[in-house]
Amino acid sequence: MSATNPLSSSRKKFSQRLFLFLGSMDLAITLLLALAVASIIGTVLQQNQPYTDYLIKFGPFWFELFESAGLYDVYSAIWFLSILVLLVTSTSVCVSRNGPAMFRDMWNLRTHVQRKSLGAMRHNTMWSVETSPEATVTELESKFSKLGFRIRQTPKTDETLVSAMRGGMNRLGYLLTHIAIVVICLGGLMDSNLPLKLAEWRGQIKVETQDLPLSKIPAASKLAVGSQAFRGSVNIPEGQSSDVAFVAMRDGYLVQNLPFQVEVKDFRIEHYATGQPKSFESDLVVYDDDLAEPLTTTISVNHPLIYKGYAIYQASFSDGGSALSLEAWPLDSQAGKEPLSFETKVFERRKMHWGDNSSQLEITAFRPFNINPDPTEDDPANVRNFGPSIGFKLRANTGEALEYQNYMLPVTRDGRDYYLSGVRTNPNEEFGYLYLPIDDEGELTGFSHFLQRLHDKKISKVIAREMTLATLNEVANSDQNLARSLQDTLIKLVDMFVEGGFANVTTFIETTLPEAERDTLGPAYLSMLREILARVYIDGLNLADRQAPTESQLMFLQDAVDAIGSLSRYGSPIYFMLTDYEHVQASGLQIAHAPGKPVVYFGCAMLILGVFLLFYLPQRRFWALVRENGNQTDILLAGMSNRNPREFDGFFEEISEKLKYTQGNSSSR
Amino acid sequence: MNKNAGIMLTETSSPLIQWLWRSVMALVGIILITMYYDVFDYYEVGIVILAAFGMALLGQNWPGIRWYIAVVGLLSLFAVDRYANNLDLANTDFFLSYMLASQSAVMWMSVLFVMAMVVYFAGLLLRSEFIEKVATTLTWSASAMGLSGLMVRWKESYLIGPDVGHIPVSNLYEVFILFAIITSILYLFYERRYQTRALGGFVLLVISSAVAFQLWYTFERQAHEIQPLVPALQSYWMKIHVPANFVGYGAFSMAAMIGVAYLLKSWCQSAKPDGILATTLPELTVMDDLMYKSIALGFAFFTLATILGALWAAEAWGGYWSWDPKETWALIVWLNYAAWLHMRMTKGWHGRPMAWWAVIGLFVTIFAFLGVNMFLSGLHSYGTL
Repeated sequence: MSATNPLSSSRKKFSQRLFLFLGSMDLAITLLLALAVASIIGTVLQQNQPYTDYLIKFGPFWFELFESAGLYDVYSAIWFLSILVLLVTSTSVCVSRNGPAMFRDMWNLRTHVQRKSLGAMRHNTMWSVETSPEATVTELESKFSKLGFRIRQTPKTDETLVSAMRGGMNRLGYLLTHIAIVVICLGGLMDSNLPLKLAEWRGQIKVETQDLPLSKIPAASKLAVGSQAFRGSVNIPEGQSSDVAFVAMRDGYLVQNLPFQVEVKDFRIEHYATGQPKSFESDLVVYDDDLAEPLTTTISVNHPLIYKGYAIYQASFSDGGSALSLEAWPLDSQAGKEPLSFETKVFERRKMHWGDNSSQLEITAFRPFNINPDPTEDDPANVRNFGPSIGFKLRANTGEALEYQNYMLPVTRDGRDYYLSGVRTNPNEEFGYLYLPIDDEGELTGFSHFLQRLHDKKISKVIAREMTLATLNEVANSDQNLARSLQDTLIKLVDMFVEGGFANVTTFIETTLPEAERDTLGPAYLSMLREILARVYIDGLNLADRQAPTESQLMFLQDAVDAIGSLSRYGSPIYFMLTDYEHVQASGLQIAHAPGKPVVYFGCAMLILGVFLLFYLPQRRFWALVRENGNQTDILLAGMSNRNPREFDGFFEEISEKLKYTQGNSSSR
Repeated sequence: MNKNAGIMLTETSSPLIQWLWRSVMALVGIILITMYYDVFDYYEVGIVILAAFGMALLGQNWPGIRWYIAVVGLLSLFAVDRYANNLDLANTDFFLSYMLASQSAVMWMSVLFVMAMVVYFAGLLLRSEFIEKVATTLTWSASAMGLSGLMVRWKESYLIGPDVGHIPVSNLYEVFILFAIITSILYLFYERRYQTRALGGFVLLVISSAVAFQLWYTFERQAHEIQPLVPALQSYWMKIHVPANFVGYGAFSMAAMIGVAYLLKSWCQSAKPDGILATTLPELTVMDDLMYKSIALGFAFFTLATILGALWAAEAWGGYWSWDPKETWALIVWLNYAAWLHMRMTKGWHGRPMAWWAVIGLFVTIFAFLGVNMFLSGLHSYGTL
């Protein structure tokens, strides 16, 4: 039990040293700059993106390294929070060390100063007056008071000291700003997802990474209603409601239960005359047992609803599962002959079978308006209305998907109308477009009919024979073998064309014909193909005898041939035509609960007040030492300021002039 | 020429003028509120009162700003009157098309600022007080044309359509004008306070750069066209958050340019003590002090602006802090100057290192102001290039 226990004294020393270190200005400045540099990371690297994006971007090695450093969510990474905690600690230690002295300094008028130290101050002056010391002190005091100084009189042995101070609240500025930082950080901590991380770390909750329907999400990923902070979002289709919000966390999410149910009655977008969006609004109804009747309100961007401390924001919008009527027009011989009507919804998935094949149709988007630049033209200013559109994917059994975009309204090119369908293999590409020509009745029937005829082996056989005979007649040749071979070639050409377009035929010519014959036979094959395609088409028109097809029919033929030629690249066995829809939107709500908000705001108020006090309320001290000197009274005036020493030159001048003037002084030194 | 200015208390206006000015401001405020009582909400009444109060305060001892406010007010009223209700007059009315239509006024501002810079430097190099006074006048005029331009633009936006109308601080083009105006007024304030015009050219250099960028932006991207506000910007917070921010940016820029002047002078003093820069620029201690004043002012307003931004974010983005790149860079700027101020106030650093730091601070600030919009994506994408 001795006071000289070496262990405890060294410990004490260590803790003292630690305290000194934590409160040191060097550490504080280092932390300020470290925090600044660390913050940059999160602005350069986009935060909280899907992990697959990072994986693609950085490759597996860096992906894992960055993941373990917490770089995908820097601002809640342990090391980042540690810097913050250190900064808060350092600031707290600093305040606890300097606070009491600062606090005293706010009030203390420093009555212990000596004549010698006043004389040593940069600003001092002396003069004498005729009045008695008592009267002089009284007058000085009243002048000081009028100038806004707090004063205190201290009798010394043979003289009287008047201490005066203005702007003592400057010290409060120091206290306020520094305490504010601690308060703001604590408030921020209350609203952070740190408790969630701790709970996850202890195994109490589990982040769900799969896209599951709400009913199938395990209880471990659900958060009970409580006082904790969260920021979640939820998409609610018009007419539906939700009593949960989804809290994104790393590469997954958690489900936060809400103490109320919120229904979206209607979602609206209003536009300016120029077409830009003017407002996004949702009509909400909040159901809660605590409410006598449901709360009806409208929220919009910048105007959230605050209910029971939960803020509900208009954050985004999307399709809410619009009802779509589609017609499936077969493009592949195995996909049937007649268009098939069916009903579906946006975000619905369904299996499709044709022949031995199958794939999955996933409707991904619906837009009621498309006022876009023409995607097939370069001029971005040439906007036009493409009407409603659907976006969908066709996913093969291998998992690969082609993405499509079909427009409901036909587009007009050179006076002819087409249905437009875009296709691409990955989202980074531009769409390539298929133009399906529309017949005189404004239908796809004409095109489909022609395509069916080309698929029909019997028809192509008949036409090929007719064509062969006609050709051989012209050259007066009746060689049966030649006729057969020619007929077979024609049928083969048609098949190849239907399968893979002109490209397929060209490949055939280049790979199977002997090089010597290629130049003469190649063009002949192509013109024969065109001829037979035309014959199949014209034959199908059932024209009256000897009547020639019209100009528009020939144009249609050309367009149809072009379209069929590119079908192999189109990739879908079916063209989905949108025939009707009922638009249902979903409002994207952000729902947040931030119990630390009042704390943070209080801290902010302190910070602003503190900063302005600190910079714009200099603490100014004056001392007047009054001493009787024969029948005169001598006054020694000294002053100092803790800010703006340059400005204080003038201020001291001004104050001393005012004091002297009213003193009716006799001589000034 | 008052080279060894040190600091003196700038003279105060006579009490009569002070009271006259305050009464005029109060009167204007009262007239505005009574005229528009039916359309103003509480917030707008508050803004008018604060603005009148602020201008009364600014102008009570500063004749320059009194003239400035009066001239801008009259020019704006005149332009609004000329416009009546027809936006097409911008091209046909003589006064509007050559002077006061916002685009013309901004062009005047640009030309005058560049002229002011040249004249300031000429005055510095020729050691002519007269030339420097001309430069001051040019700066006042440039700033007056700029602010009038913004005022008129405000009116023009309402002429385009009542639902389009908004205060012109909503995109990069508009805030560049705001930046030039605020920085010049800050400079003029300290020019009078410190009785030295030698730093004008340096501060005007950063303003002229902003003007050059803004001109490029106008001609290359047609940025001057008035666009309606996106929903996220339709908030009363914008009216205070943006100007407060630009007081910060302006003050930081001024500090950096004074830092440049400081470094130049300190080099010249050792290399060529009799050289023009060494003899005409203010004392190092004066510049050091000015730099500190400027950064302190900027820091105070930047703190205010960032907090206002947080309050706004709590209404628009679902939380007062989202670690959005713009927010984060605001924090970085704030931390940087917080460290600067601690160094200066507590550790007593001054001189060259602090001047260097102030200059580097400008680059951090520019990145927060422009770089974030150009290179990083985020919620705060209104000011994209």
